[in-house]
Amino acid sequence: MSAPYAKLPAWVEYGLIPLINLAVAFLVAGLVVLIVGESPLKAASLLVQGAFGYGEGLGFTLYYATNFIFAGLAVSVAFHCGLFNIGGEGQAYIGGLGVALVCLWLDGVMPWFITFPIALLGASLFGAAWAFIPGYLQAKRGSHVVITTIMFNFIASSLMVYMLVEVVKPLGSMAPQTRTFLEGGQLPRLDWLLSIFGFDIGGAPFNLSFIVALVAAFFVWLLIWRTRLGFEIRTMGASPSAARYAGIKQSRIIIITMMISGALAGMMALNPIMGDQHRLQLDFVAGAGFVGIAVALMGRSHPVGIIPAAILFGMLYQGGAEISFEMPNISRDMITIIQGLVILFAGALEHMFRPAIITFFATIRGARAAPQATEAGE
Amino acid sequence: MDYFHIAIVTLESTIRLSVPIILAALAGLFSERSGVFDIGLEGKMLAAAFAGGAVGAVYESAFLGLLAAIAVSTSLALVHAFASITQRGNQIVSGVAINFIALGATVILGQSWFRQGGRTPQLSGNGRFDTVTLPFADTLANVPVLGPIYANLISGHFLLTYFAFAMVPITWWILYRTRFGLRLRAVGENPGAVDTAGISVTRMRYMAVICCGILCGFAGAYLSMAVGAGFVKGMTAGKGFIALAALIFAKWKPVNVMLACLLFGFLDAMAILMQGRPLPLIGEVPVQFMQALPYILTVILLAGFIGKAIPPKAGGVPYVKER
Repeated sequence: MSAPYAKLPAWVEYGLIPLINLAVAFLVAGLVVLIVGESPLKAASLLVQGAFGYGEGLGFTLYYATNFIFAGLAVSVAFHCGLFNIGGEGQAYIGGLGVALVCLWLDGVMPWFITFPIALLGASLFGAAWAFIPGYLQAKRGSHVVITTIMFNFIASSLMVYMLVEVVKPLGSMAPQTRTFLEGGQLPRLDWLLSIFGFDIGGAPFNLSFIVALVAAFFVWLLIWRTRLGFEIRTMGASPSAARYAGIKQSRIIIITMMISGALAGMMALNPIMGDQHRLQLDFVAGAGFVGIAVALMGRSHPVGIIPAAILFGMLYQGGAEISFEMPNISRDMITIIQGLVILFAGALEHMFRPAIITFFATIRGARAAPQATEAGE
Repeated sequence: MDYFHIAIVTLESTIRLSVPIILAALAGLFSERSGVFDIGLEGKMLAAAFAGGAVGAVYESAFLGLLAAIAVSTSLALVHAFASITQRGNQIVSGVAINFIALGATVILGQSWFRQGGRTPQLSGNGRFDTVTLPFADTLANVPVLGPIYANLISGHFLLTYFAFAMVPITWWILYRTRFGLRLRAVGENPGAVDTAGISVTRMRYMAVICCGILCGFAGAYLSMAVGAGFVKGMTAGKGFIALAALIFAKWKPVNVMLACLLFGFLDAMAILMQGRPLPLIGEVPVQFMQALPYILTVILLAGFIGKAIPPKAGGVPYVKER
């Protein structure tokens, strides 16, 4: 995705340009709000109020953010390798099966702190396994990972309907879901964490998975920037031919990266299943896997960017639900638009404003120093 | 006679179900053959379905609805073109973005304009496309075997259905027998060579993407104004991705596209038909398996286990003119 442009100061490259892109995305979203006949400013203030204004709202915001951190990390790890994993949705869905099977097995006999690490393992194994096949096919058979992961989302969805309707549903029950987990299959909520800051989270399902997500973000940083494997992954992403020349086994890196990505997506299932619903049900991922794409693009595939981006989307999710009470014209579907706009402006159109910015900085520099001829981008 | 009747009904629904996929897959064919990948077929179709349903309901004219569907779908295609051709952005990212924008915008706008939970009002009369009865269909219906085939399979479809099937040879002809088609294919295989010949790569790709937008418009209009009577939230339900799968399954060739779409449509029709009915020898096949089969087949094909699907060589790569 790199382009032959003049070099910019780091704060412009990593601060200003993403912010401008984001601002444009939100401006366009504001236009949609105007078209619908509501005030964008009022909508924005309701949004922030609903997401951060009181304890329960904040709890929900962070609960949603937890999903998006995992999903964003999953997409970004693949991005570093030059792979686009659109399959986070399916991998998380299958990861949920891993969590549920462990919980159904152990919840009656073990306390949660024993079930929890095994469920985490189950989630990541199932997610990684689901991502392994597209990774393997990309590495060994050359089938494009984007297409295969899209196909695998649909296959996952069919498979999970089958599993829920035919296999894991308790006998005699009509609803396609597992039984509710006992206490051993439920993660403790983090109400104490927010009460330190004087918030009461009320009924919000903000739980231990949030901490797991932060730890995962740290490990992703460690992996990508501080290990040999991470270096190989980034080399692959920057230049596959250079990687081959350096003796890096390409297919191995592709498969491993996809499995790590799938494992991270799978872990996402921990949050809604063990942390909130305490059972496996249809469509519990609810598009969070796709939000990960926007989060990763917005956070520039770096954990330090992903966490705030995820919290921003958590805010949109929670605040969006609140807005719809006050403004019936604006439902949570507004978030889908914003998500699309963020992907468009921070992803596909990320270089749109760059030439203008380069010219701008060139003229400033030119005015300050001796009038040298500066080469602006096109 | 009973089996014959079932066969006719199944084939009829096969045709009905495959029309939107054929149109969308042909749309994708134009775009991808020119070197622009398009994940956004689904979004364009959805937006077109909404525009068609909304305009058809307000102005009570199916024709105006169709025009609106094409206009909206084409403008989304132009966004994709701007991002991926002019700005040289990532084509897949751009397609994903368009899918989400369409998914959200159709519901938000639909809710604020019509207040029916994201639906558009029920189309009736002139707002909706009618089925076409071919000459003598009623008189011939009683002729054994051939009569029902003519009356139910060949006659009695929407104009858009005939249009979709007509577009298959037309697309083939455009692609393989016209100068435009030759250049379009060349631009997807080796844009450098086309540029050397003095033809604008950018212009060719824009035209291909516009063709894609127009056809997606037809596909969307078919969903909301012909086979359905109005727009329903998320009504494409993955058909854009099935079309993408069919396009790959067909190895980016027009006639194969039609066959692949008919196959996927047939699987869909069979899934509905076989629900709860055990097959001889195999026993009952889960519906979910039948629904997943097109995707599974595409993955297997992509993996090169049955033939090899080779995409256009310059697909997904933005063209940078040499300086």
